[in-house]
Amino acid sequence: MLSRTAENLYWLARYVERAEYLARTIDATLRVTALPAAYIGKTNEWDSALLTAGVAESFYRSHEEANEHNVVDYLSFSADNPSSIRNCIEAARLNSRSVRTALTSEMWDTINSAWIELQEVWSKGTSTREELAKFLRFVQETSLRFDGSAYRTMLRNDAYWFSRLGLHLERADNTARILDVKYHVLLPEEEHVGGPLDFYQWSSILRSVSALTAYHWVYRETLKPWLVADLLILNGTLPRSLASCYDNLVRNLDQIGVAYGRQGPAQRHARGIRNRLEHSNMNDIFQHGVHEFIQEFIADNSRLGEIITKQYLI
Amino acid sequence: MAVAFDEMNIPGGDLRPAYQELARWLKETPPEALEYRRQEAELLFRRIGITFAVYGESESTERLIPFDVIPRIMSGKEWTVLEKGLKQRVKALNMFLRDIYHGREILRAEVVPDDLIFQNPVFRPEMNGQQVPHDVYVHIAGIDIVRVDAEDFIVLEDNARTPSGVSYMLENREIMMRLFPDLFARHRVAPVERYPDELLAALRSVAPHSASGEPTVALLTPGVYNSAYYEHSFLADKLGVELVEGRDLIVKNNEVFMRTTEGLKRVDVIYRRVDDDFIDPLTFRPDSVLGVPGLMSAYAAGNITLANAVGTGIADDKAIYSYMPDIVKFYLGEEPILKNVPTWRCREPKDLAYVLDNLSDLVVKEVHGSGGYGMLIGPAATKATIEAFREKLKREPEGFIAQPTLALSTCPTCTATGLAPRHVDLRPFVLTGSKSTTIVPGGLTRVALKEGSLVVNSSQGGGTKDTWILDE
Repeated sequence: MLSRTAENLYWLARYVERAEYLARTIDATLRVTALPAAYIGKTNEWDSALLTAGVAESFYRSHEEANEHNVVDYLSFSADNPSSIRNCIEAARLNSRSVRTALTSEMWDTINSAWIELQEVWSKGTSTREELAKFLRFVQETSLRFDGSAYRTMLRNDAYWFSRLGLHLERADNTARILDVKYHVLLPEEEHVGGPLDFYQWSSILRSVSALTAYHWVYRETLKPWLVADLLILNGTLPRSLASCYDNLVRNLDQIGVAYGRQGPAQRHARGIRNRLEHSNMNDIFQHGVHEFIQEFIADNSRLGEIITKQYLI
Repeated sequence: MAVAFDEMNIPGGDLRPAYQELARWLKETPPEALEYRRQEAELLFRRIGITFAVYGESESTERLIPFDVIPRIMSGKEWTVLEKGLKQRVKALNMFLRDIYHGREILRAEVVPDDLIFQNPVFRPEMNGQQVPHDVYVHIAGIDIVRVDAEDFIVLEDNARTPSGVSYMLENREIMMRLFPDLFARHRVAPVERYPDELLAALRSVAPHSASGEPTVALLTPGVYNSAYYEHSFLADKLGVELVEGRDLIVKNNEVFMRTTEGLKRVDVIYRRVDDDFIDPLTFRPDSVLGVPGLMSAYAAGNITLANAVGTGIADDKAIYSYMPDIVKFYLGEEPILKNVPTWRCREPKDLAYVLDNLSDLVVKEVHGSGGYGMLIGPAATKATIEAFREKLKREPEGFIAQPTLALSTCPTCTATGLAPRHVDLRPFVLTGSKSTTIVPGGLTRVALKEGSLVVNSSQGGGTKDTWILDE
């Protein structure tokens, strides 16, 4: 297929995934901030929402302080924030138009209809919590529909695999970022500080990656930072975990390699990361430092993006 | 102006035969039901994303072309005549182009004046003596036809560069079949859905001799901001070929390749929807980023087929148009089946004098204009506009032609106040391959939605209709 088509598919999937992740982040933040101060202490959750979205620096260039109003606006509707939900959807739709021939009609319909519907939200914003909640739900549903349409209607060929690469690379990045921002609450078991603050922080982490219920099914325990980290980093059964994203990345790259009859640096690099995750346990990770581990992972993950681009997309 | 020919009703109250079933159906169908279907159709167009961009407005502006749910119907007999005339005309167009870029017999015979060719900005000296694969220049032609009475179809314009609109012909039919299955059940409408297959077959048939057994075809678009981008992606999809932009292509050793995830892949035939001027910055406009550097040398080396060929603009130029009847006679020795609109060439002093004296009755067009821009419609224009045009004409007479205002036929059309007659034209699409010429029955009917208006161009607010050729 055309390199540009593959590139568009890859970025299309990334944008849709990112829009969903931003919607989840805002949703989770709203929940935490709705708690009485006694439960959440003095931390500014809106600051950490900006950090996990990776836009704190650009935000503070035009804003004095982070509060619900301006952060929600910046992350959802701002045309100036290149990775606002709005710009993600706009970019996804533009990419979809450029590769319409590679999309199934269900995928195009999902993106185009969402884009049409959201035009009104962009122009008006949301004035109540209900409207905001409806909007966030709509974005998440759009992503689910898009993902589901791709899964159910696309031919299993390179077009599908490249879009899956974008999806899993972006998902791994999102999960790693949220872990990194919250790493200070992911302390080793023996230094457990406990208390309601941590509990709500952890549950908000899990909620933002839609894994709160999963946690209980897997561990059948109250929330413990150690286990939260284990779930999100190493547990291959959780679709958003780093391990699971890399299982998929390795598989999709292998499928491309087989179809094209050629392996390359992307396949090797992805396998390297997967193997490291496979042979790690939480003990080692805490020994090494959670923050350091995640920083390295984020760098490795984005390096994979560059290698894929060089090998296939340009 | 004469009373327009009504495609549905014979003066005095009788129906023309092709419309009898439709009339019966309309009588049974309440106006609300029509309005409801109209809205449904609009929603479908919007969701599928069948839009076009309007130049001069912001880049994100995408408009729907209004769609009228009342079909325009023609009998099979009428179509047979039209089809024959179209094939004849396109055959002559191709022979004319081959001649102009090679022997120039028609110029030596003084049928067409030299300067109309050599001083014409759309003439491409780069094509002189250039062999094009299988001698086909106009692979895809969109001939604009109007009807003025029961017998006569008149050619308004020959589009031999990159005629657009075929996606509307196909989508209009799809949407009509979805919304009005019962109406179809009562007619035998000749299908148009073969068009993409026939287009692909035609394109493959003209592959250069250096192509491998299965020639690779690609469709070249200027990109998502082009007004016809929807059509480009739609056709690429239906044809099952790559939709490429200039940046996806590269020329190496006079061969054209596309950049793919598996490396470079040779391309043999390009259905290009990029104009001559922009196709190769090394040969034409150096500032263009839409084209492919070196494409023309690959073309000259015979390693790529461009459809339509470069330089075809000389055949659909409005200055050449008035010579078409003579061109048909010259190459085929036959009388033209389709008529021309009587045309005054303002470059000729006698014609200019007549035109200047009768501006308020005439339509004056720029020789190189398109899309309904820059024309004067005398009967509808204010005095001031007419005077302004008079000055333009005097200053640059060779830039204009004039025609009588035709009474374009009308078809019943949904309007805010119910069904009413509106003027229509028709653009059938003629495909020429190495062996045969084909036309799917029908074409794109464009309709002027404003009462009395004769302007059917989509850029000027015209709409479209499904076109039914009855299979009798």
